[in-house]
Amino acid sequence: GLFVWRLKGAGTRPIPCHFVHLCRVTSDRLITFQYFNFLKRMYVTQCNKDLSQRAKPKSDPVVSSFHELQQLDQEKKVIHEISPISPVHQPWPETSRRSELREVKSAAETEASVTSVRAEPKEDRQWKEMKLRLDELPGILARLSKIKLTALVVSTASAGFAMAPVPFDLTCFLLASLGTGLASCAANSINQFFEVPFDSNMNRTKNRPLVRGQISPLLAVCFAASCGVPGIALLTLGVNPLTGALGAFNIFLYTCCYTPMKRMSIANTWVGAVVGAIPPVMGWTAATGSLDAGALLLGGILYSWQFPHFNALSWGLREDYSRGGYCMMSVTHPGLCRRVALRHCLALIGLCAVAPVLDITTWTFPIISLPINLYISYLGFRFYRDADRSSSRKLFFCSLWHLPMLLLVMFTCKKSVLGKEDKNDPLGESHGRAMEIRLP
Amino acid sequence: PPAHSHSDWIGPPDKHSNLRPVIFHVPAEESPLERRLREARQEAQACNQRFWAQHNCAFRQEKEEFIYSRLKAKGLEMRDETGQKATLNAEEMADFYKDFLSKNFRKHMQYNRDWYKQNFTITFLMGQVALARALRWLRWKKKNVE
Repeated sequence: GLFVWRLKGAGTRPIPCHFVHLCRVTSDRLITFQYFNFLKRMYVTQCNKDLSQRAKPKSDPVVSSFHELQQLDQEKKVIHEISPISPVHQPWPETSRRSELREVKSAAETEASVTSVRAEPKEDRQWKEMKLRLDELPGILARLSKIKLTALVVSTASAGFAMAPVPFDLTCFLLASLGTGLASCAANSINQFFEVPFDSNMNRTKNRPLVRGQISPLLAVCFAASCGVPGIALLTLGVNPLTGALGAFNIFLYTCCYTPMKRMSIANTWVGAVVGAIPPVMGWTAATGSLDAGALLLGGILYSWQFPHFNALSWGLREDYSRGGYCMMSVTHPGLCRRVALRHCLALIGLCAVAPVLDITTWTFPIISLPINLYISYLGFRFYRDADRSSSRKLFFCSLWHLPMLLLVMFTCKKSVLGKEDKNDPLGESHGRAMEIRLP
Repeated sequence: PPAHSHSDWIGPPDKHSNLRPVIFHVPAEESPLERRLREARQEAQACNQRFWAQHNCAFRQEKEEFIYSRLKAKGLEMRDETGQKATLNAEEMADFYKDFLSKNFRKHMQYNRDWYKQNFTITFLMGQVALARALRWLRWKKKNVE
């Protein structure tokens, strides 16, 4: 469906006004975006403080920024009447009609259901007791762990698992997905724990649980530990140590490298892209137990995808980044930002062409994926040339459907395990024949 | 917050700093550890409030100045005929954002260090307080059972 948001400027106006709740950072702008429901994943765009949300497997900083941006709480238009707080005006009776929407979690592999976000416009203006309410806890933890982003991460990991050239093992698949999901929750929670004052200052992220005091930092850390430790343990013991190690490494990369680096150097984007690339690699290693070229290729495709996604998103958030002190390419090196986005769009074409060479897919894959890759490259080129808001948004929204479609096409073009055996058959047959000859 | 409340209260975001102020509840039998935690949180809150209020105000001011100087260079006024505030488009503002970010880089580095230290200290103290409270509760439970 089409959702239209209109965000009025941040609340420095003392005049009472009708307020339409919006997640977008930019003020006074009409933003339309399409919400796609895919079988495999649901993208939620969210104006993110950092950047648009990237469907990043594992909370990647870079990705997360994307994710953050991406995470759009689906919100229905809620109109509230706000009473001014300023003492100058006479306080009006506050009538806050808040429609409470249940937050629905999207399952990675099932059809996404509509997510509604709790609308809290003017309740925000009141003083709230800092007491943890158990009935609110699931919602709070869902937001703390960026559950939608986590779902996307898990789905990319599942894609990696599905693409691995081994017979499908359901138990392994479920364990790997669960482990990845838990690890992602942990990483996201720690990320929010680290970023409280910065999140408060950016429109996209100012409604996070820690910012609003709905949960204490101690509880956030405990939650992260209680997700991360079992998650990694599950991966290490229930799947294989390699996957566990990758999971632990990714958590570390996201929380201890990407998150601090966001404020130190533009290199954070590249680190974040790696964070986003690791989950499919984890899926693959969970299935096969080893890091083959196929895993790296899949990781490479996701790595390259991060750049057009994130860079396009960050283009519209330059003001918030600048004020918040985030070092992002879009602010400090805008030319580089656009070049890199374009470069990686083109790289995607190349990477897709390598897939059949590595026996992951048949030759139909690069052919079928060529149109969508060319399209995103075209938008990347437009972004590079025009460097304006509309081209950045087009590129961003394209990236949202591009990735799931690409992965879907890849899966349908997957070279079957049988096919692979046939290919190896000449070798096997000749060996067999040689053996037969020797035997008698 | 009501006087009888036993918990902390958090308020709406501050106009300048965008941070939410917290009013801390001082329990009657506050242990030294709990006092340390509360004071640490109060201090951190004041510190962060100061930083962001000053930073955001500086941003707003410098942005106004930038817009003014650019508009002047173009020969335009701050407000056009309809009385609307004249703004520059995103590409023109990009120079300002880049400039502002690099100017404040060192300030942010220092703040980051301070913030991480505060955050870890406070969370660690929270953990200690929670542990102490849990032990106290267990002791009380044991006494009641006896």
